[in-house]
Amino acid sequence: MSPTTRTLTLLNPLLLTEPAPNSNEPFRIGARIEEGPPKRKADTHGKRGQETCHRSLAALARLLGLWYLGGTLSRIRKGFVRRLLHMEILAEGQGAYLPPDPDGFRAWVRDNKPRTLVHKVVSEDEAIEKFVSDGDYVAYDCNYFQRGPSSLIREIIRQKKKDLWVCGKFTYVALALLVEGGCATRADIGFVGFGPWLSKAVAAGRLQTYEYSNVVMTYRLQAGAQGLPFIGVRSFGGTAGFSQSGAKLVKDPFSGKPVVLLPALNPDVSIIHVHQADVYGNARVFGTGISHVDCALASKRVIVSAEEIIETDEFRRDPARTSIPHFTVDAVVHAPFGAYPGTVQGRYASDVQHVVECFGGTMRGDLQPYLEKWVYSVDSHAEMLEKRVGWKKLQELQRRETIREGYSI
Amino acid sequence: MTPATHFAEREHLICTVSRVIEEEKSYWVGGGGEPLYSILLAQRLYASGVQYMTEDGVIAPQSMMPWDPLMTMVASRAGYRALQWGTMNTAGNFAQLGYVDVGILNTLQVDRYGNINSTVLGEYEGGQGRRFGGPGGADTIAAQCWRTILMTDQQKRKFPERVDFISSPGFLDGPGAREASGLPPGTGPWRVFTPWAMFGYEEKSCELMLMAISPFVTVDMVLAEMSFEPKIAPTIETLDPPMEEELEIIRTQLDTDGQTTGRGQWIEKRDDKYVFAETQGRE
Repeated sequence: MSPTTRTLTLLNPLLLTEPAPNSNEPFRIGARIEEGPPKRKADTHGKRGQETCHRSLAALARLLGLWYLGGTLSRIRKGFVRRLLHMEILAEGQGAYLPPDPDGFRAWVRDNKPRTLVHKVVSEDEAIEKFVSDGDYVAYDCNYFQRGPSSLIREIIRQKKKDLWVCGKFTYVALALLVEGGCATRADIGFVGFGPWLSKAVAAGRLQTYEYSNVVMTYRLQAGAQGLPFIGVRSFGGTAGFSQSGAKLVKDPFSGKPVVLLPALNPDVSIIHVHQADVYGNARVFGTGISHVDCALASKRVIVSAEEIIETDEFRRDPARTSIPHFTVDAVVHAPFGAYPGTVQGRYASDVQHVVECFGGTMRGDLQPYLEKWVYSVDSHAEMLEKRVGWKKLQELQRRETIREGYSI
Repeated sequence: MTPATHFAEREHLICTVSRVIEEEKSYWVGGGGEPLYSILLAQRLYASGVQYMTEDGVIAPQSMMPWDPLMTMVASRAGYRALQWGTMNTAGNFAQLGYVDVGILNTLQVDRYGNINSTVLGEYEGGQGRRFGGPGGADTIAAQCWRTILMTDQQKRKFPERVDFISSPGFLDGPGAREASGLPPGTGPWRVFTPWAMFGYEEKSCELMLMAISPFVTVDMVLAEMSFEPKIAPTIETLDPPMEEELEIIRTQLDTDGQTTGRGQWIEKRDDKYVFAETQGRE
């Protein structure tokens, strides 16, 4: 990796006049603040009307003081502008990335997110139809096998969405299904279940990948969830993934040490599966997770699918357990067994046979029979459960999830 | 404990790693397979109080075994009786803060400087290489834990002079390279374990160094399964074989269907020597 070097000019918010500690090189500092204006002496001549004179002098002093203060502030401000800190970029990745736009995101929130309690329950097809568009950057929390929005992923494929850019973190088969379904053409990779499908899709140019890691992706979402343009991390530097990403290695303007900066990530849409939600989008996730809260906060549009729709009063009785607040959510889909064939902790176990069938498809590099059986040949999640899974199997999965502690169920 | 007379080489690997796990250290364990089995075995035999976390922010679980296939994270059995449930950034933050002493990972390739490849075999550019899943949490583990333990098979293709793609950082190009890339000082690769050998790193050069071999191989056999010549420690120790008590736990509680340990060769004790059960050398 040959580091490309150029300089990034930033305003230095601090009055740095000394080299940063622990740094071999001092920062390049602009012109020093100039001395203040020469002091003018007030005329103190005259013997009459000493009191008037004093008052005049005092007024004059105040005027001078204000003038002096104003001038100084202006000079400091100009000094700031001149005091340009050249923050050196030591290396940068060559990968394309969704450009961070925190102001644009704020404006989106101002114009699109309801501030009142609005009924948001819709069907799965309506949610995907309305809130997922061709070309969108899509994030899903968890994955197809572990408390992920599996029913919504299948609906995206059923509706043949196109040219999606996928946040591929903590993923076994979801990306494979979206690529083989013709929906996804780009992916930021943290971890994805691999196999011949991946090599083939990349070699054929059907999938463009950009390389990150799982935690690097969830930090990008965290920055997006905080309304920031970027976030610094103490990992990822020096890797080949870095070269294929949107990250930059810069000299930290505070310490002078190298630090990696990641571009914030604000997906166009996030889909998140939760244990419980109310009709307004307040949502509860029990147990561990990957990045559900940051996904909800960072995304322009948020679809929540829920195992159970509960009363809003339930949230008011125990507010500490609200994971996602209603105002971030655009649509609520009632999806019992929505993570099937995956598990939802405290609710049901994974369907081992189905997991093997699906994972096997990725390892064989042929997912079309899977898609035909579980996605295209049924109209909805409900129909799939009824015709392809059956109540007996669903009951068995519930029975096999023996651990209930910690899941408030 | 009773030395075993019949065992799979990957069982031996898990047993060896479980014995270096220390109760007073904290661990971040990669998502499944040998790393998790090593720490779970240590919890059951050698370090009952040892605390580990996984990438999904599960802190210090007392997991319930066995698990359904792939259900190593965001699953109730894997996260059972934890002290805290967080998220991926919980794990990332704890490591970035310096709370995690040791990371345990397995890998596709590891090179002279301990760099890890889990992304592509062959050329990345042009898209013609054979693709794998990416670093997952390993990049963060390898960057931020104070020490990193790697587990892999002793095969020539797994020990190239230089990995095809650095998915997770070892010592990169050698001394000082990690710090120059923004990684925290004092961190980095510590040991590489294979079923055949244990490696450390020479402090000055940051290069891989053979330290010990298994009782069923020779130094030459180990070197023949590497694409480069590692440094050799002044004394090469011989690792203990698995104990019956260890194998019973692996076989009845951990890898009950042999998904992980079923691959590789079998070893048996014959005429007081440990030898490969059928044919000498690799298949």
